[in-house]
Amino acid sequence: MSLPIPPILSYALRRLFQAVPVIILIMIGTFLLLKLAPGDTVDALVGDMGGADAAFIERLRAEYGLDQSVWVQLWRYMAKLAMFDFGWSFVYEQPVSRILLDRLGTTLLLMATSLSMAFTIGIVLGAIAARRAYSLTDNLISTLGLIFYATPSFFLSLMMILLFSVKLGWLPVGGIKTITGFYTGWDHVADVARHLIMPTAALSLIYLSFYLRLMRASVLEVAELDYVRTARAKGAGETRLMVHHIMRNALLPVVTLLGLQFSTVLGGSVVVETIFTLPGLGQLAYQSVIQRDMNTLMGIIFLCSIIVVVVNFLTDLLYARLDSRIQLK
Amino acid sequence: MTEAAPTPALKIENLRIALPKGSDRPFALDGLSLEVKRGEVVCLVGESGSGKSLTAGAIMRLLPEPHVHVAGGAIFVQGEDILAKSDKEMKAMRGERVSMIFQEPMTALNPQKTVGWQIDEVLRLHTDLSRAGRKARVIEMLERVHIPDPASAYHAYPHQVSGGQRQRVMIAMALCLSPGLIIADEPTTALDVTTQLQILKLIRELQEQEGAGVLFITHDFGVVAQIADHVVVLKQGEMVESGPASQVLNAPQHPYTQALIASVPSLTPPPAKCFDAAPVVLKGTGLTKTFAARGGLFSGRRKSVTAVDNLTFELRRGETLGVVGESGSGKTTVSRIVTRLLEADSGAVELDGTDLLACSPREMRAMRKHIQMVFQDPMASLNPRKRVVDLIAQGPIVHGENRKKARAQARELLELVELSPAAANRFPHEFSGGQRQRIGIARALALRPKVIVADEPVSALDVSVQAQVLRLLADLRDQMNLSLLFVTHDLRVAAQLCDRIIVMQHGEIVEAGETAAIFADPQHEYTRNLLSSIPGRDWTPPKSATNAA
Repeated sequence: MSLPIPPILSYALRRLFQAVPVIILIMIGTFLLLKLAPGDTVDALVGDMGGADAAFIERLRAEYGLDQSVWVQLWRYMAKLAMFDFGWSFVYEQPVSRILLDRLGTTLLLMATSLSMAFTIGIVLGAIAARRAYSLTDNLISTLGLIFYATPSFFLSLMMILLFSVKLGWLPVGGIKTITGFYTGWDHVADVARHLIMPTAALSLIYLSFYLRLMRASVLEVAELDYVRTARAKGAGETRLMVHHIMRNALLPVVTLLGLQFSTVLGGSVVVETIFTLPGLGQLAYQSVIQRDMNTLMGIIFLCSIIVVVVNFLTDLLYARLDSRIQLK
Repeated sequence: MTEAAPTPALKIENLRIALPKGSDRPFALDGLSLEVKRGEVVCLVGESGSGKSLTAGAIMRLLPEPHVHVAGGAIFVQGEDILAKSDKEMKAMRGERVSMIFQEPMTALNPQKTVGWQIDEVLRLHTDLSRAGRKARVIEMLERVHIPDPASAYHAYPHQVSGGQRQRVMIAMALCLSPGLIIADEPTTALDVTTQLQILKLIRELQEQEGAGVLFITHDFGVVAQIADHVVVLKQGEMVESGPASQVLNAPQHPYTQALIASVPSLTPPPAKCFDAAPVVLKGTGLTKTFAARGGLFSGRRKSVTAVDNLTFELRRGETLGVVGESGSGKTTVSRIVTRLLEADSGAVELDGTDLLACSPREMRAMRKHIQMVFQDPMASLNPRKRVVDLIAQGPIVHGENRKKARAQARELLELVELSPAAANRFPHEFSGGQRQRIGIARALALRPKVIVADEPVSALDVSVQAQVLRLLADLRDQMNLSLLFVTHDLRVAAQLCDRIIVMQHGEIVEAGETAAIFADPQHEYTRNLLSSIPGRDWTPPKSATNAA
């Protein structure tokens, strides 16, 4: 039994165990909350059909299992979920898992590009602002950061569409690719990239300003610490100080924020995907709420919980990698 | 640059360092001249604010310019005028010709880089050695500073080695390229007394091997007596005295030096008083506290640490009991358990016969007025947003005293601790460290306690202020017939104030008894080691009748 398990693996396993009750609680909570909302799938379907008689509605409800009590429905749902069966979407007329898989790629792509852009540009600008603290450059960067921070992403999205698509005609208004293009290979990549420019900018600018401000404060703080003075006393130059002694220590709080914010970025993607009509989870979530497509909505929430748990786990790994004082146990 | 006599390692002429406008004085340092010969240790001594550390900053050209800058004079490091050097030339000098050892080895080392990497950096910056050559040199340096197992220490991070070893790493770093001048800025202040002695010896040993000049900055005359060849005394930026160590230590000329040296507590305790007839006020029996580092729901338990193990003591009315030991010995845990700021695992603390550990929270609130605490850091332990009068009156008001009366009493207490009554309406930050500690004492006295537990109350203070606060504590104790439980790491302080001491190691009492008896004839190996490590123990400060306690 005493096989040497690498600490990282045992840590990962333990984190997985910890995540299970969290996700179960999220699912139960969401299920009950959604049941509290007025109306269900049948109401939405009947509404779309322009009305139906009471007997038909009753039959439909019985068929979908909606005539049972909330607790029975919850139990059935959770039991199926335990087997990774997300159920059937009565709106899209296909298994929820297939819809989710179709949409997941777009959302992950949008989030990955947005977050990496926000993080990279944010820390670079933050470090520059801190090294030239209280100069014109710093003021300019900090003011820009403040403006981005204060601008809601929907407003930014609409203004960008107005400028770059409607007035200048440089970028596509929405979607993930040109439907009539049938591009392949690098042309396809370039086409998707063109479609992603505005959504990525809209989603990342707010977070960019978070990272910028935190990084600036963090660099200023670390630059004053004793070990930076020690390095100076050893004869290290400013570039060396920045690269070897300041940046890595200053990054730690920013990395923490990166993990914490992932879920809010996921939330933000609902707005951005809807505006830019990107076929991702965010847009799907919005439509599922409107159409009372409970199974799809629950599936999205389940998937998002897992993504957040995984990302937080990865953040912790990154943190342990960056900070030698932290050991995974 | 060619001089007939051998070039001194450091020569400072009439150095003047300007402070920003609006500071308490225009110059942090005004007209300092000194010389450090090769193979010589010069101690720069002064209290906080005397400008000692800024002198080091000026020599390294690392002052926080332009706010604080050299406004006049000259600094020659091995004959070279460093004020005339370009930034690039200066960078080449730092680490190679002049190096520095800092006070706090924990914060002075980068937590994210291994010990080996950080020493290696000096070699990378100043030499063309190959990677293997550098590594060999680093390991050789670690050996020279007597670090056990240098090869594995090379790969250790700073947090993985002890405080003393970290300071050895700093020293290895500073001596790596055999610089002609080493500046040591309070290098042993943060260390325990036994480690301190080892580090002082190490600095001496390596300096003799290398023949370097050492500028040793300190506030501690014991350390001066231990290591100095020559002493320079600074007071508020002005040099008041300079001379060979034996002369300055034993026959100080300037009144300020005389006062400073007179403030150094003597190692000879006053004759023991007899407390056998006095009633026992505070009694601890079988106190035990184990810190179990608990993990989360699914994470394993970590190793637990027994901070206090089956501790038993008695404190009589009017008596002072010292709790001494090195860091990690459990002294502070004892003070926290006795005041029930920390729950003990087992044992009893009887205050006038009532077991405090068995009291309900409500009963404990009532009992608190009989046992009060004075903390180490007077700045951190006073609420910065409250006026002094409210800070002192707060206790009595909580215990049901009328507001007006409590405030009037607070003003009286300020007089008792020798502060002007005008201090009542000011805020803590407007006072000096010593004055703040007086406020802390007045706050503790406001409830007229029977017992005061003082946790390192003078270790953050300058020596002259420390002497005043100790005298005040002794006077108040005698006037009010108070019992004092006095936690300290400083054996000189313990010798002066405590009637009896208990010596702690790893949470256990290794020796207990009358202070005079223990100092004269320590029984336990650990106590003997502690006492023989006191810096400058062979030097008896010359003093007049004004004793510290």
